Amino acid sequence: MKLDARIPAGPLAEKWTRFKANVRLVSPANKRKYEVIVVGTGLAGASAAASLAELGYQVKSFCFQDSPRRAHSIAAQGGINAAKNYQNDGDSVRRLFQDTIKGGDFRSREANVHRLAEVSVNIIDQCVAQGVPFAREYGGMLANRSFGGAQVSRTFYARGATGQQLLLGAYQALSRQIGLGKVTMMPRHEMLDLVVEEGQAKGIVTRHLVTGELKTHAADAVLLCTGGYGNAYYLSTYARGSNVTATWRAHRRGALFSNPCFTQIHPTCIPVTGEYQSKLTLMSESLRNDGRCWVPKAKGEQRAAVQIPEGERDYFLERLYPSYGNLAPRDIASRAAKRVCDEGRGVGPTGLGVYLDFSEAIGRLGESTVRERYANLFAMYHEITGESAYESPMRIFPAVHYTMGGLWVDYHLMSNVPGLFVLGEANFSDHGANRLGASALMQGLADGYFVLPYTIGDYLSQQKPRGEKTDGPAFQEAMGATQARTKKLLGVNGRKPVSEFHRKLGKTLWDTCGMSRTKKGLEEGLAILGGLREEFWKDVKVPGSGADLNQSLEKAGRVADFLELGELMCRDALEREESCGCHFREEHQTSEGECARKDAEHSYVSAWEFKGEGKPEVRHTEPLSFEELALATRSYK
Amino acid sequence: MKLHLRVWRQASRQSEGSFVTYEADGLTPNMSFLEMLDVVNDRLTKEGQEPIAFEHDCREGICGSCAMAINGEPHGPNAGATTCQVYLRSFQDGQTLTVEPWRAKAFPVIKDLVADRSAFDRIIQSGGFVSVGTGQATDANAIPIGKGIAEKAFDAAHCIGCGACVAACRNSSAMLFVAAKVSHLGLLPQGQTERKQRVQKMVAAMDAEGFGNCSNQYACEAVCPKQISVEMIARMNRDYASAVVDQI
Repeated sequence: MKLDARIPAGPLAEKWTRFKANVRLVSPANKRKYEVIVVGTGLAGASAAASLAELGYQVKSFCFQDSPRRAHSIAAQGGINAAKNYQNDGDSVRRLFQDTIKGGDFRSREANVHRLAEVSVNIIDQCVAQGVPFAREYGGMLANRSFGGAQVSRTFYARGATGQQLLLGAYQALSRQIGLGKVTMMPRHEMLDLVVEEGQAKGIVTRHLVTGELKTHAADAVLLCTGGYGNAYYLSTYARGSNVTATWRAHRRGALFSNPCFTQIHPTCIPVTGEYQSKLTLMSESLRNDGRCWVPKAKGEQRAAVQIPEGERDYFLERLYPSYGNLAPRDIASRAAKRVCDEGRGVGPTGLGVYLDFSEAIGRLGESTVRERYANLFAMYHEITGESAYESPMRIFPAVHYTMGGLWVDYHLMSNVPGLFVLGEANFSDHGANRLGASALMQGLADGYFVLPYTIGDYLSQQKPRGEKTDGPAFQEAMGATQARTKKLLGVNGRKPVSEFHRKLGKTLWDTCGMSRTKKGLEEGLAILGGLREEFWKDVKVPGSGADLNQSLEKAGRVADFLELGELMCRDALEREESCGCHFREEHQTSEGECARKDAEHSYVSAWEFKGEGKPEVRHTEPLSFEELALATRSYK
Repeated sequence: MKLHLRVWRQASRQSEGSFVTYEADGLTPNMSFLEMLDVVNDRLTKEGQEPIAFEHDCREGICGSCAMAINGEPHGPNAGATTCQVYLRSFQDGQTLTVEPWRAKAFPVIKDLVADRSAFDRIIQSGGFVSVGTGQATDANAIPIGKGIAEKAFDAAHCIGCGACVAACRNSSAMLFVAAKVSHLGLLPQGQTERKQRVQKMVAAMDAEGFGNCSNQYACEAVCPKQISVEMIARMNRDYASAVVDQI
């Protein structure tokens, strides 16, 4: 299969401008004749739904939560990047582009990333106009902080709840369109299948989570803005409801899945404390502006942190990466933390933890300034651990946080299935093998506010409005398949609750397809997962019926999809015989233990094709070419 | 650690509910309250019973999904925390906990501990926004906003829409929720153009949903997980009065 990314011609910095100048348009009078389905109401989904309705399209918006305001973008803490250069510290669109390509270890598309950097400045303007209360300086101007992988301060923030404030901005824009009758909002609806009619995405099948009603919805285009799949690992910083079902069902209908093994492990999360644990909590990367990571120099240190003298501490990030220090990118910082723990120098009851210490910052700035910057994060830490980070250092450890992989899309954000667009974390496009901090919010809003509203017109202008009829064979087939699957899940009637399978899946992926991967480990992982999937369909217990609110049924469907995805993640990791960004294959490392990329063989985007039940997926590749930036070994030393 | 639970079970919106007793054993103080419910639910599943339905998502206190009263207190005993942020170390070994959904006319119970809070969305849809379309913005720094104002606006905007304020109020009033949005946007220069229409529309929508009035007991402030101040209500009342006077 030939993958055409449809990147416009011309010099990199002019591609987006040229695209906009030449894109085909739908006239204002015709826009209302087109229906667009938007699945998901996070930053990408809410911003896209609102923007498309403002343009005049008929929009139907779906989310599985009880309200569009609860999508997991709400939990993003630290900030959003934009190349505003308000700090006069040398930032520019070019530099944000370079940092993002390098941060992603040269495994993303130059043209997409440059466009992202270009529109980043518009996002801040839009959000401020909506009333997002970003942090300000005393003179009334916007404040910035620094995030990993950058040597400028370009991160805009609203205390430790930037995602919440940005999402509420988009939610309010969406609410305005709902109030005006331009968006039909369907909360508590879960997408369970994609309808592909004559090769084009023309609708979805949903389940109403309260009544259990299965229903088909038709449209001229379908947008998936359904987030990432990190919950495959069971323990992660994702919301408990975050899942891969929408994108996985689309994948099974023909959409290619790219780079599934690229999962971000965030260095600063609260460590695991017990078997029953359901969730890992992130401590924002912004804390590394002032917090210093260290472990004792000696193995098996028993003293409390505050009793260990300065000379016996190893500030390992500052030692290993002096030019970026504690603001080394996430993949690098996580691996460094893992390494010192593997050496037996980890802290806390499990030995799987490192300190994040604020005593130097409190001494330099005073406690009140530290409180002003991070109070809600320190409070969260206190609630979970019962410890005060003002008095002794936080204990942190890496945890699954984000997925760079996702459905393959071209420059238009359209998948290989015409009419199916994929936005935000659900697509693969901008972050390569590692995402920089504060860039997820930027991408979600860029896609929804400023990219998709242009590119969708180019597609719709070539389509006749199909109307709302859902009686065609493609709709009936998708409906039948969904009914059968629901019945099957309820009918297994085994002995084990869904959570037991999910935990085992998560542990297998963490052990074999986590921070460090080997051929042997991945093969073992694949063998375990194959057996687990079989066992699931023989022994899962889903109580209740499909005709009302049944949270066990919801979870079972999601975990069944995660089980299939888990195998694909391992296969992708197995076939990428190199190390890059988050993907660290032990067989491919430098003498200093850093990633050894193999550009000649692996400078590509993998794109997996579903070939039918029980058949192995086939991998296609989109070669990456770097015209502006020379492929370089990434260094933060 | 062991807890005795009395949990509200209700099959559907139409059916009658009642308290059912469950024993939760083998717990540890570092478990969260919701993790304890997970353990109980897995046991019920294995025994072939339907697990307790409850809403939860982010489990870090920001999405506003989790919504239950523990021993009569919305979100349980900890000030400034949501239910998902309550850990078992807040309780005594052997304690009895009564767990219920929000109780308010405008929040009908759907199942067990799950209530329908869509009334809040409809209130926002009535006017809780700045009417600015995508692409219509000026440069962000063209609108200077004093640090103090920005901080105050954030305090209001931090509301997570959980509905604890309504659940705690003897009148089931949504005044704190509505006032938080009215204040957030009314404090900022961007929100001035629509300030007066906004407060009137939102108050009308709140009344239409069947929420009660404020009688200044401040129970809402006491349970708010984001500790939003009742000053917001005063500000909303002032804006509302001024909007009405303008029309005379």
